[in-house]
Amino acid sequence: MSAVNVQGASKIFNQGTPKQVDALVDVNLTVEPGEFVSLIGPSGCGKSTLLRLIANLLEPTTGEITVNSKTASQSRLDQDYGMAFQQAGLFDWRTVAKNIELPLELKGWDKAKRAARATEMLELVKLPEFADMYPWQLSGGMQQRIAIARALAAHPPLLLMDEPFGALDEMTREYMQGELLRICSETHTTVVFVTHSIPEAVYLSNRVVVMSPRPGRITEVINVSLGSNRTEDTRGADEFFKGITAVREALRGTHADHANAGAVRGVEDR
Amino acid sequence: MSPLARRSIYRTSMFVLSVVLVGVLWELYKLIGPEDGGKLFGAAVLPRSNDTAMPHIWSMLSRYGRPEVRGSDRQIWSVVLAGAWFSFRLSVAGFAIGATIGVGLSVLMARFKMVERGLLPYLVVSQTVPLIALAPLIVSWGGKVNIFGFTWPKWLSAAVLGAFLAFFPIAVGTLRGLASAPSASLELMSSYAASWKQTLFKLRFPAAIPFMVPAFKLGASGAVVGVVVAEISTGLKGGIGRLIIEYAREATGDPAKVFTAVFGAAALGLAMAGFVAISDVLLMRNRPKETTT
Repeated sequence: MSAVNVQGASKIFNQGTPKQVDALVDVNLTVEPGEFVSLIGPSGCGKSTLLRLIANLLEPTTGEITVNSKTASQSRLDQDYGMAFQQAGLFDWRTVAKNIELPLELKGWDKAKRAARATEMLELVKLPEFADMYPWQLSGGMQQRIAIARALAAHPPLLLMDEPFGALDEMTREYMQGELLRICSETHTTVVFVTHSIPEAVYLSNRVVVMSPRPGRITEVINVSLGSNRTEDTRGADEFFKGITAVREALRGTHADHANAGAVRGVEDR
Repeated sequence: MSPLARRSIYRTSMFVLSVVLVGVLWELYKLIGPEDGGKLFGAAVLPRSNDTAMPHIWSMLSRYGRPEVRGSDRQIWSVVLAGAWFSFRLSVAGFAIGATIGVGLSVLMARFKMVERGLLPYLVVSQTVPLIALAPLIVSWGGKVNIFGFTWPKWLSAAVLGAFLAFFPIAVGTLRGLASAPSASLELMSSYAASWKQTLFKLRFPAAIPFMVPAFKLGASGAVVGVVVAEISTGLKGGIGRLIIEYAREATGDPAKVFTAVFGAAALGLAMAGFVAISDVLLMRNRPKETTT
C-alpha cells in the first residue's frame, strides 16, 4: 500500500480560454510509507499545484490520486494528512497550545484529550514552555515549529509541506531541517516536501523529484543514498555533494530544454 | 503601573484637555466676537456672541443646579439625567437590534455571493432615506402590530429607528472583516475538512474583530442619533431628544437651558462609544500590538 499514488494527473487552469495554463501534464508519482520525497523545480513547474492535488485542495483535470489507498477527497475528510505552508499561518488570537489544538477541535476531541496532545506535540518540537504565549511573541523559526506541531497534532500518517522554511534565515533553516528529520523519524511520518533549495531537498529526502515548467511535468527522479541517520556531518559527506550535483544537472536539463534563463531563477542554489 | 492603565490615564487626560480647550475657545470668541454677529454684504458670516446666542460656560453649568421650571422642586440636572437614561436604554435596544440584523446580513452576504450582489445596493439606498420621513411610517406600522397579544409600544419605534442607522455600518464593516481572513488560513481550514460554520466561528469571525470594532463604534453613535431624532419626530416623551426640543423653545428667555440637554445628548453618545471601546480593549488584548487602534 503506497502513501500517495498519483496516476496520469493533469491540471489545466482556465481550460479553453486564452488564459489557459497547463500547470501539470500527465504526472505519475508514488510515495511509499515512511518515505521523504521532495518536489523541486523552477517557478511555474507545478510543484505547489501537485501538492495541492494530493491535499485535495484542488481537483485534477484528469487522472487519479489516492492517499492511503483512499481517494484524495476522502483522505482530506478523514484528516489523513497535515499541512504546513511557507507562512506559519498561526491564528493570532489563539495561544500556541490552542493553535496546536485547532485540528483536534475540528475533529471533535474533548478538552482534556486535546490539552494532553498539545503538551505532547510541544515536547516533540521542543517548545513546551511556550504553551501559553501568543504566536506573534515567537520568532519565525519557533512559529514554523508550532505550525509543524499543529500539522502533526492529529498524528496523520502524511505530512504535506509547501516551502515551509522558505522565509527563514540560513542558520534557522538548517536547524529546522535537522528537527524535521528527527520529528519525522520519531513519528514515522511520510513527507511530501516542496522546496526551491537544492541542498535542502538532498539533505532531507530519500528521493528528489525534479520538475520543469511549460507545461509542468516531472523530468527526473533522483535517489539520494545518504541512509536514514543524517546529522550535521552529513552536510560535508561526499554522497551529499554527489546528490546536489545530480539534482543540479537534472535542473540544468530543464533549463536547456527551454532556453529560458528566467525559468530557473526560482531555484536557489543553496 | 501597567501600560494599559497608563495609556487610559493618558487618553482620559487628553480628552479632558480637549474639552477645556473647546471651552476656552468659546469664551474667547465671546470676548472678541461681535455682539450682533458679523455681516458681509448683508449675509451673516460670524455668529452672534451675545448671551442669548452663546451663554457663558458657567451659566450653562450653573443652570444644572437650578429647577427645571420656576417653582418646581426638581433641579434640571436630575431631569436631564433621567432623560439621558431613558434615551440610553432606547439606544442600547436599537443598537442591539441593529447589531443583530447587521451581523446576520453580513454573514448571509459572506456565505452567498448572490445575496451580497442583490442586497448591498438596497442597504446603501436604505441609508439615503431621511429618518424624519421614515419615523411616522414606522410608528403607523407599529401601531398595527398585534401578534398574540403583543402590542407595539411607542418606544419601540424609536429603538427601531436607532437600529436603522446602526445596522448599516455594522453590516458593511463585518462583511469586510469576514472577507479579511487570509487565503492561506482558509486553505488550512479546508485541509482540515472544516465545515463552513466551523470556518466562520474559528477563523472568519476572530479575523473580523479588528474590522468589527470600529464598525460597532459607528453603529453605536448611529443608534443614539437615530433615537434622539426619532424622539423628536415621533413626539415620544421622556427622552433627551424631547428635552432638546422643549428647551429650545425657551431659548430667548433661558438660553443656557437648551445646552444642558445638548450636553446630555453628547454624554449619551460618548457613553455608548465608551462601552464599545471597552469591548475593544477586552477583545484585542491578546492581539499583536501594531494592529490595535
